[in-house]
Amino acid sequence: MKYEVVMGLETHAELDTESKLFCGCSTKFGSEPNTQTCPVCLGLPGVLPVMNKKAFEHSLKASLALNCEISNFTNFDRKSYYYPDLPKNYQVSQNYFNIGNNGYVDIVVKGKEKRIGIHNVHLEEEAGKLVHPEASGANYSLVDFNRAGVPLLEIVTQPDMRSVEEVESYMQTLRNILLYIGVSDCKMQEGSLRFEASVSLREQGANFFGKRVEIKNLNSMKAVLKAIAYEISRQSDLLDKGEDVLMETRLWDDIDSVSRRMRSKEEAHDYRYFPEPDLVPVWIDQEWIDETRTAIPELPVSKRQRFVNEYTISDYDAGILTEDRLLADYFEECVKMAQDSPKELSNWIINDVLRELNERKTSVQDFAIPPKMLVELIKIKPTIGNSIAKDVFIEMINTGKTATSIVIEKNLTQMDDVSELNDIVARVIEENPKAADDYSQGKKNALTFLIGQTMKITRGKANPKILTEIFEERLSAGSK
Amino acid sequence: MLSRELSANKIKEKIIKREITAQEVVEELFEWIDIKEPLIKAYLCLDKDGAVLKAKEIDKKLSNGDKVGLLAGVPVALKDNICTAGMKTTCASKILENFIPPYDAFVVKRIKEEDAIIIGKTNLDEFAMGSSNENSAFHITRNPWDTDCIPGGSGGGSAAAVTADMTFMALGSDTGGSVRQPSAFCGNVGCKPTYGRVSRYGLVAFASSLDQIGTVTKDVSDAALLLQVVSGHDGFDSTSAAIDVPNYISDIDSVDDNLRIGVPREFFGEGLNPEVGSAVMDALEIYKRNGAELVDLSLPHCGYAVATYYIIATAEASSNLARYDGVRYGHRSQLSEDNIIDMYSRVRAEGFGSEVKRRILFGNYVLSAGFYEAYYLKASKVRNLIRSDFEEAFKKVDCIICPTCPTQAFKIGEKITDPLQMYLSDIYTIPANLVGIPGISVPCGFTNAGLPIGLQILGKHFDEGKILKVAKLFENETDFHLKKPELN
Repeated sequence: MKYEVVMGLETHAELDTESKLFCGCSTKFGSEPNTQTCPVCLGLPGVLPVMNKKAFEHSLKASLALNCEISNFTNFDRKSYYYPDLPKNYQVSQNYFNIGNNGYVDIVVKGKEKRIGIHNVHLEEEAGKLVHPEASGANYSLVDFNRAGVPLLEIVTQPDMRSVEEVESYMQTLRNILLYIGVSDCKMQEGSLRFEASVSLREQGANFFGKRVEIKNLNSMKAVLKAIAYEISRQSDLLDKGEDVLMETRLWDDIDSVSRRMRSKEEAHDYRYFPEPDLVPVWIDQEWIDETRTAIPELPVSKRQRFVNEYTISDYDAGILTEDRLLADYFEECVKMAQDSPKELSNWIINDVLRELNERKTSVQDFAIPPKMLVELIKIKPTIGNSIAKDVFIEMINTGKTATSIVIEKNLTQMDDVSELNDIVARVIEENPKAADDYSQGKKNALTFLIGQTMKITRGKANPKILTEIFEERLSAGSK
Repeated sequence: MLSRELSANKIKEKIIKREITAQEVVEELFEWIDIKEPLIKAYLCLDKDGAVLKAKEIDKKLSNGDKVGLLAGVPVALKDNICTAGMKTTCASKILENFIPPYDAFVVKRIKEEDAIIIGKTNLDEFAMGSSNENSAFHITRNPWDTDCIPGGSGGGSAAAVTADMTFMALGSDTGGSVRQPSAFCGNVGCKPTYGRVSRYGLVAFASSLDQIGTVTKDVSDAALLLQVVSGHDGFDSTSAAIDVPNYISDIDSVDDNLRIGVPREFFGEGLNPEVGSAVMDALEIYKRNGAELVDLSLPHCGYAVATYYIIATAEASSNLARYDGVRYGHRSQLSEDNIIDMYSRVRAEGFGSEVKRRILFGNYVLSAGFYEAYYLKASKVRNLIRSDFEEAFKKVDCIICPTCPTQAFKIGEKITDPLQMYLSDIYTIPANLVGIPGISVPCGFTNAGLPIGLQILGKHFDEGKILKVAKLFENETDFHLKKPELN
């Protein structure tokens, strides 16, 4: 049978702040265990939380960027459950008055736009990390509380996604937005961005939802895609066989690529939410909202659209350029300086700049060629030709010198003088009679060889267009 | 008069004038404690060495002519739910029996800065849950006026120590009356300031929206002195108020004309011991004689205060006490554990006493899915109604006067098997915690059996200055605060 898939996603993003949500401890990743802790984040008796203003502002900014309605009154709640990585055995979170509600994100799948509803956006504290000893049979585990209390933003969608592709696009779009507005570094390998998916199936056209299964422990976008594909097939197999899908929470095992039951609905936690009495409510006035809104830069979707319209580049290219805000800025700065040729600049950035960034494992802000130097290279390119320009580009990265100085230093200006080139071509034909003959007989490949030989002599400086014309003229004229 | 019998203000004056050294004060005090502590059992831990060291330091400052703090050389005791760096803080619970905090509570820092001498930690009902001190996991403190009687709770240790001259002053915590009720039962001055007036940082939480640190002293001037030191904004407590602290010490003797005192009917009804009632009425007469106007009042929703309190307090407690799981600190079971749930269960089964368990269960119940609206949310609404009762009342009067407790101190064992009767002991003190207003209990007489009676004065939010003045006025007219139990 054909089923419709209904999916929603919960995303946890660690917010990019210097200190933790309720104390002054550093949020730096990768330090020695329990070196970034204090009485507050260890949940010692008598301690109290004090809200990190920056974390709250980040949450407000994210809520606005995700088109949420902002509550004028927000409060924090305690979410109770016992786990050794949770110092107080409750997590300070939001349940009754979230910062943001009823937002949306527009995604593009196969060229078509779709709106994914955001149920709510709220701020909470991160738990610590359990470290299980490698030796089998060990009867203990260790806890590292460095991460405990790091501010965490939770973004909950409506069950609006209908395909794996939509989920993928949503995750990428969301990640880009969070990166653009600078609230999270979204480093998945450091656990800064994590997901939980809910999946249910129903008959095509049904107006009710099927039994929902939640999948936890999704630590990368790849894991999400694998896990939901697995879940869709698991559920459709069950339904095909006429069996029921159990409402449950499953844990994804990325190594074995399977999910396993964690708990059934009956075993679900009762979190016993109630307002956190140790924190005061936060009132958000219109002024604060307006101020925060002006701090939100143009977001990827609208930037992409603008690039297509303003610079007449393809939607695909615009997509690549806007994936990283700094890359998009780099591109725009280049175009502004060059005053024209956006298409050519876009090609250079997508093909050459990105390749070099990848190979050199660096980012655009640390790139050796600032926009001004790239534009200069593009400007003098007609005088040196495309292939020399590529070499000059690499030379610029390696030496930090400008294109002009490299061209002068190495005397790389293209040879355009027809009579000079004519002499050289004559020499090449004389030295390679076989190839010349082949070409005259109609073997087009021979021309490539002949031009190559000419380039060798001119050290690549011969203008290939003029060269081709001369060869064609001489050899088809039959002048042996 | 023996030096230990003097008020904190008086002993400080003598120390500063160098009529007596701080070291002598401390040593004499510890001699007396050595004699009387086996009878009263006010303390859970004493730090004679630390106290003597600190006393010498202050004496040296004085002999050098250096500036000294507001509490120069004054011995102070701390309820054992207030964190002291390097000194055990047990909350009278087995679960924290050996817990040594790595930090000082805000109030501890403040009194140290003002050159107080911390002499020890006083007994309490486990985690401040109780009205008699019988819920301490370690021992029961005795009422100095009758050692068969309880000293009140939860801060019975602090109250008994002050009355028995085993300290000059003490700090306690008041969640539903835990400073005022023991002060009434022991015949001294207990002041609970406005919620937010004194930082809770370092006070081991029982019920966060109700807990407030308060003072236990021999007289009202001492209350003003100690309150002056511990009040003020603290960046480590989000609920601490950024409101200026007036000068309680110098304002206390100024006279208010046209004082209007509210007398709430609901606090003089059924359940009030007639001896207590008449002592309070006599006190009101004294105010009237001094020109105050008595205004008959109704606080109609106060009848729901105890029920409301036990929902909110236990809900918050169930969550505040969740951290005692044996993972990072505190009691750990000696029995083998099969898994983490086993470990939690054993730690908490062995570590908590029965009243604490009762309240955790109660609190978890009222917060459970499906019950939250019916209990916690409803209680929060009633709390708002009680708050508006008081707001209305304070439009008409400057303060409210009523009994601190419906009865005098009761016998050890008398109510321990009947938690509901025990809870009713706080019926007159609980509203101030629900509303967040300040309250002070001062001695206003004795029963025929010779047990002290407490007079409670309640004020508007952040109007501590007013209730201290009103209390001082009464003290000037009476000598109940000077009476001493016969301990010799």
